Amino acid sequence: MSLLSVRNLRTHFDTDGGVVKAVDDVSFDLEPGKTLGIVGESGSGKSVTNLSIMRLVPSPPGRIVSGQVIFGGKDLLKLPTEEIRKVRGKRIGMIFQDPMSSLNPFMRISRQLMEVTELHMGHSSKQAREHAVNMLHLVGIPDAAARIDSYPHEFSGGMRQRVMIAMALSCRPELLIADEPTTALDVTIQAQILELIKKIKTEIQTSVILITHDLGVVAGMADAIIVMYAGRVFERASAIDLFDRPANPYTKGLLMSVPDPLRESTARGELYQIPGLPPDPANLPTGCPFAPRCDKAADICRREFPPMVQVAPSHESLCHFAKEVYGESAHLHS
Amino acid sequence: MANPLISIRDLKVHFKRRRQVVQAVDGVSLDIYPGETVGLVGESGCGKTTLGRAILRLSEITNGSVFYRDQDLAHLSHSEMQKHRRHLQMIFQDPYASLDPRMTVAQILSEPLDTFSLYKGGERDGRIRELMETVGLSTRFVRRYPHEFSGGQQQRIGIARALAANPDFIVADEPISALDVSIQAQIMNLMERLRRERNLTYLFISHDLRAVRHVSDRVAVMYLGKLVEIADAKTIYDNPLMPYTKALMSAVPVPNPRVEATRRRLVLEGDVPSPINPPHGCRFHTRCPWAVAECRQTEPELREIQPHHWAACIRISPEQPDIEQA
Amino acid sequence: MSTAEIIAGRSLFHQAMRRLVRNRLAVFGMVVVVIIALAAIVGPALIFRATGYTYDYIPADSNLVKSFSPSWMHPMGTDNEGRDMLARVLLGGRISLMVGIISTIVSLVIGVAYGATAGYAGGKLDELMMRIVDILFAIPYMMVVIVLLALFGRHTALGQLFLLFIALGAVSWLTMARIVRGQVISLKNQEFILAARATGVPKWKIVLRHLVPNTLGPVIVYATLEVPAVMLLEAFLSFLGLGVQAPLASWGSLASEGIQNIAVFPWQLIFPGVTMALTLFSLNFIGDGLRDALDPQTKKS
Repeated sequence: MSLLSVRNLRTHFDTDGGVVKAVDDVSFDLEPGKTLGIVGESGSGKSVTNLSIMRLVPSPPGRIVSGQVIFGGKDLLKLPTEEIRKVRGKRIGMIFQDPMSSLNPFMRISRQLMEVTELHMGHSSKQAREHAVNMLHLVGIPDAAARIDSYPHEFSGGMRQRVMIAMALSCRPELLIADEPTTALDVTIQAQILELIKKIKTEIQTSVILITHDLGVVAGMADAIIVMYAGRVFERASAIDLFDRPANPYTKGLLMSVPDPLRESTARGELYQIPGLPPDPANLPTGCPFAPRCDKAADICRREFPPMVQVAPSHESLCHFAKEVYGESAHLHS
Repeated sequence: MANPLISIRDLKVHFKRRRQVVQAVDGVSLDIYPGETVGLVGESGCGKTTLGRAILRLSEITNGSVFYRDQDLAHLSHSEMQKHRRHLQMIFQDPYASLDPRMTVAQILSEPLDTFSLYKGGERDGRIRELMETVGLSTRFVRRYPHEFSGGQQQRIGIARALAANPDFIVADEPISALDVSIQAQIMNLMERLRRERNLTYLFISHDLRAVRHVSDRVAVMYLGKLVEIADAKTIYDNPLMPYTKALMSAVPVPNPRVEATRRRLVLEGDVPSPINPPHGCRFHTRCPWAVAECRQTEPELREIQPHHWAACIRISPEQPDIEQA
Repeated sequence: MSTAEIIAGRSLFHQAMRRLVRNRLAVFGMVVVVIIALAAIVGPALIFRATGYTYDYIPADSNLVKSFSPSWMHPMGTDNEGRDMLARVLLGGRISLMVGIISTIVSLVIGVAYGATAGYAGGKLDELMMRIVDILFAIPYMMVVIVLLALFGRHTALGQLFLLFIALGAVSWLTMARIVRGQVISLKNQEFILAARATGVPKWKIVLRHLVPNTLGPVIVYATLEVPAVMLLEAFLSFLGLGVQAPLASWGSLASEGIQNIAVFPWQLIFPGVTMALTLFSLNFIGDGLRDALDPQTKKS
């Protein structure tokens, strides 16, 4: 039984330039105890998907048009507002890319942490404070008891991200959603934070959704991956299957255009590049949104929207030629 | 080996910020040879951006020299420096912010041509078109404004501007960091093609270690204002000698789940220290798993530990290059 | 070589104007201001052609009471001297608007030059220049204007107007300078300025070609809101009797004359008052509209 089941989610934005279908028929499942990676570039809709799950899409101009988000047996999209508030922070924790803007700069860390448990777990001040110190300790902040009364700006970027993680995990949520948690951090700090997330995942037994554009990060963290493009899921597979044998030209293109230190074959200047530009979400072409940039594109791709094809157990790809691409990928790593 | 195109000697750039001195670049020496791409990597606060700017005198140099073909740029007056600017250009990190939002592409590309009085009159239009075509932009867009382009296209405009006056040397400061992954490959390929066609020399500054390894001939690693290791791109990645470089390379995630699951990670403790008060002795000793007492006292010099492989660490030597066995 | 058609670009300014036009209140404001401005410019001449009345024409009339309520002949009535109110209100409009606009232009020119220089120079020069502004700011400006007018004001009507322009403009450039300086400082460290320096563009060109045009957004908004503020100041001065003197009129002086007889001849105050209020509102709507239009300023793809 999946922990989280997203079905046919559609979230649209009303803008000056027309209706932007930021998320257009996205479905995926998250098994308990697993990490799901959502990979995509800017405009793919990965962040909006994430916000939609928690109903944090700014509206106006956004609105969740249709779909279901089933968590613990209930459809989050249909819950009344007070119910959703009880879920946020308590059963689903979120961390964002920029810890400075997610933490209130005018409030001490202690207060921000205590607020969460006082609200959701009915802690008294004393209990909340003790719990907060424990959480800071868990996320590896040295001298937690002494530093808990500091303000966010007194911490470095890596530390602030740890505080965010502490806040998100305060109530031992069943699900942690991490939206580009390390993009703004230095490489060595990124390694620390990712190790932390892995460690905490096992200790608290949380499932994780990790949103990122970095293929290296997702390779190291995710059990299963979905690749998003132009508001849709283009491929869905286990991490190993996705990297070993991609079944979608976009995924394949992405994998080949990232310089892989272990792949000696690419001469400089001949890195595979996906031609063209990322799609304009307000002006998507008919047919497959990736067709303008796809080197396998045929007439049918421009005319008809591609089907979701199952190429292997738990491995699906949105492409008219999914099985072919899958077949060709067998030679990718030889 | 030919003479270096750029020769940096003991360069220091110190800023005063609210009564404190930020030692952004603290004694860096580096040679860059014609036609090569030198990658410069490091994390925030290491000074790599400041170094790049200082070479072009966009940051004031506190001490030291920057030789461009035997001419020390560091001590020139602003008007004398002006004459050399033609040959030394820069590409910036934020493609949109590096373009004046009120100027069309034609105006942006004309500016360097005006400044150096090149391609005047009738030749101007032709030169602008040529530049646009070189970087892969359709000339139909010559009257468009920056905000009407995508990030990748904006970066192409920035590259075209840098090329306009036919420079020898380009400092590329995080040229792909703000771009989507699929566009990064395009820009990296473009830069490489331009290098070969026009015999350019690059200093490629980036925190993206995978990209740097791909585009560079040699790589220099900076930490808190100092160079700690210099080697061939492949060697730096496969066989880093200095502990910080080891940790850095080990921290880079590899897009391969099997490898990621089994690799040995060297995860550093603590934060990157601030360049305002760098640690005494070896600046890395506070986070180094192999630090000993002497590391607190002595500042290591860059030594050639192996042929063409320089590292700054007192615990390794040509006889004993592997710190894990020291 | 590609010979395909060149696509014209749409500047940010163009996009902002489109946004502005969608703002109904701002459009209403613009229409009203244009109507009133046109009326003020050509109105008096038309009235003269039609009726022979000017702002200072006093008809020979043996009546003691010469102020008549609105009628066909005098759509806005007449004042105490029997002068046609409509002509006076229109002239008043001309003068009030001129004062507002010219003073604002003066403050704009001084403020932009001063602020841009201080902002770009930075360091000690910037500090010095801003301390001067701070000191000047502390001086109660009304007093300065009043003193200036009292000392130098009474020569020719034109001379007085001129002095009014300068005095009012000289006082409002301070805020303009601060705004421009703030903008310049935030722009100064943007990468496109660094790029211009890397290209070798000389400092003065950077200020003129790159910095100033990019500060125009807030400057335009502030200037548009400054015009009604200055007009109100002028009205106040004229109300005190220091500004425009009879037989010339500005809305403020008309209000001053009108308020004395408000119980008996209310139209003397109502017409100039309402017209002025309408104009001030409209200018404020335009200013607000401009601020909203220019605000989603950067459109990144």
